[in-house]
Amino acid sequence: MIAIYKREMTSYFTTPIGYVFVAIFLAISGALFAATTLFEMTNETGQYFSYMLFMYVLLVPLLTMKSFSEERKTRTEQLLLTAPVSLVGMVMAKFLAAMTLFVGCQGLGALALFILGRYSAVKVGVVLASVLGLLLVGMAFITVGLFVSALTENQLAAAVGTVGILLAFLLISFVNQYINVYWIRFVLNCLSMWSRFQNFLQGTLDLAAIFYYLSVAAVFLFLTVRIYDKRRYN
Amino acid sequence: MRLRRAADAACFMKKDKLQAVEETASNTTAPMIQVEHLVKRYGATYALSDISFEIGAGEIVGLLGPNGAGKSTTMNILTGYLSATEGNASVGGVSILDDPMNAKRLIGYLPEQPPVYPDMTVDEYLSFVYDLKHCTLPREEHLNEIRDVVKLQEVRRRLIRNLSKGYRQRVGIAQALIGDPKVIIFDEPTVGLDPKQILEVRNLIRSLGGKHTVILSTHILAEVQAVCERIVVINHGKIIANERTDELARVIEENAHYVYAICGPQREVLNGLRSVKGVLYCEVRTEREGEAYTYLVETAAGVEPRRAIFRLCAERGWAIVGAAATGGDLESVFIKLVDRANTTESKGARGRKEARK
Repeated sequence: MIAIYKREMTSYFTTPIGYVFVAIFLAISGALFAATTLFEMTNETGQYFSYMLFMYVLLVPLLTMKSFSEERKTRTEQLLLTAPVSLVGMVMAKFLAAMTLFVGCQGLGALALFILGRYSAVKVGVVLASVLGLLLVGMAFITVGLFVSALTENQLAAAVGTVGILLAFLLISFVNQYINVYWIRFVLNCLSMWSRFQNFLQGTLDLAAIFYYLSVAAVFLFLTVRIYDKRRYN
Repeated sequence: MRLRRAADAACFMKKDKLQAVEETASNTTAPMIQVEHLVKRYGATYALSDISFEIGAGEIVGLLGPNGAGKSTTMNILTGYLSATEGNASVGGVSILDDPMNAKRLIGYLPEQPPVYPDMTVDEYLSFVYDLKHCTLPREEHLNEIRDVVKLQEVRRRLIRNLSKGYRQRVGIAQALIGDPKVIIFDEPTVGLDPKQILEVRNLIRSLGGKHTVILSTHILAEVQAVCERIVVINHGKIIANERTDELARVIEENAHYVYAICGPQREVLNGLRSVKGVLYCEVRTEREGEAYTYLVETAAGVEPRRAIFRLCAERGWAIVGAAATGGDLESVFIKLVDRANTTESKGARGRKEARK
């Protein structure tokens, strides 16, 4: 598992994808930060974090699209699946590698918040809660991306599919208000990643939301393992 | 191959588990690879229907069959990449279906397409596989030895992306050798290689025998003939022969064929050959070698006409410039085996239909 993790990490930076991801991530994060706080002469960070969340819909697929699809296409997965490594180990290694890069970028992007703190009295609690919320949502997104990547051997299909599913997870909240049937609205609301994120923006550590994001991540990781398990039987 | 520390050196993480595995593996009475009634079904089509065979420790066995016969499927099941619909397969006494982790530790596998990462250098890749297999042999020494054996030293720092097909194949072979596994499985190891490389790979595989149990799949008959001690022939997911290489030809009773190139008046030579005792049939073939015509001679199985033909030609003053026995080669044996299997199959089907009536 450690071997696969190490290989994934080096692979991000021996192929352009790691650099492209870091560059785009930091550019978007920086631009949004400047536009929503510095130029607006405000230390309200809610808008910045909300926009970033939407940007994840485009950024996360960059990170995950090739995780499994590439291995399947080049048949290198045969090496991994015939080596004494468990499926869970293999999936976790890829997940952790994507998480490492993601958290790293998020950390670099968050440096901008110190600028804000230098010149104004930011609400530290709110900012920390928001960052934690972003990380949790990002983690859930990454597992969705990995899952879709395991479904296909086409990287482009994996990326587009991931964008679609992630958008659906976010847009549920906005579509929801037009639905008149209560129970449908209730169920959809339960699935919404967006509405739960709002609590973090207010500075609340919503345990239910934390548990929700962790569960989503666990479910999609489990499904990814199951896909590999099932493929052996087909 | 001389991977010196080989069997006694521990290549696995957990020593106690390893010992248990090694003990079962070194138990000489048990076969190294045992495949029992293996069935693999995709929907309604059978990729494998009831395959059983055993391979003893140190044997080199060829899995032979036309494309799509089920060779790769068998290998993929043996290595734990695919699961079987029914049946069992074990390696070194460890079932690959029940205890895949420990069984996989005993296997080195080169799939049909070498599983190499184009964005890594040869050294990085081999080092990665070394970690992946939890190998505990001394890293530098072991990898160096493998690079020597498969002749990868001169490309060790190059990106696999930039390597030719032949070198990639060698990297794939090197990967299978890492950890000095007891069982090595090669799926069509010489496809896409040039003739010199093919010879090298064959020599390498031959040198692996004795110390390692080797299975090799191919649809090239010369290959199994050159390398393997035993041949398992698969067609349409069934085993149609499982024989020692040298006995396979004898398994099928058939008329023997010889091709002669003889200098002399064509009609007289033809009549002369037909008069030789035991010759059933003789014809002139279209090839010519200078002034010599080529003749095809057929005799019944077990009859030896060559001495008589020699004496005949010597008496008449015709020079024999070429002589070869054909028909006993694996090519024709194989075609006969496949035909035989097909006819018994269709006979069987007819028989069942009739029985139903």
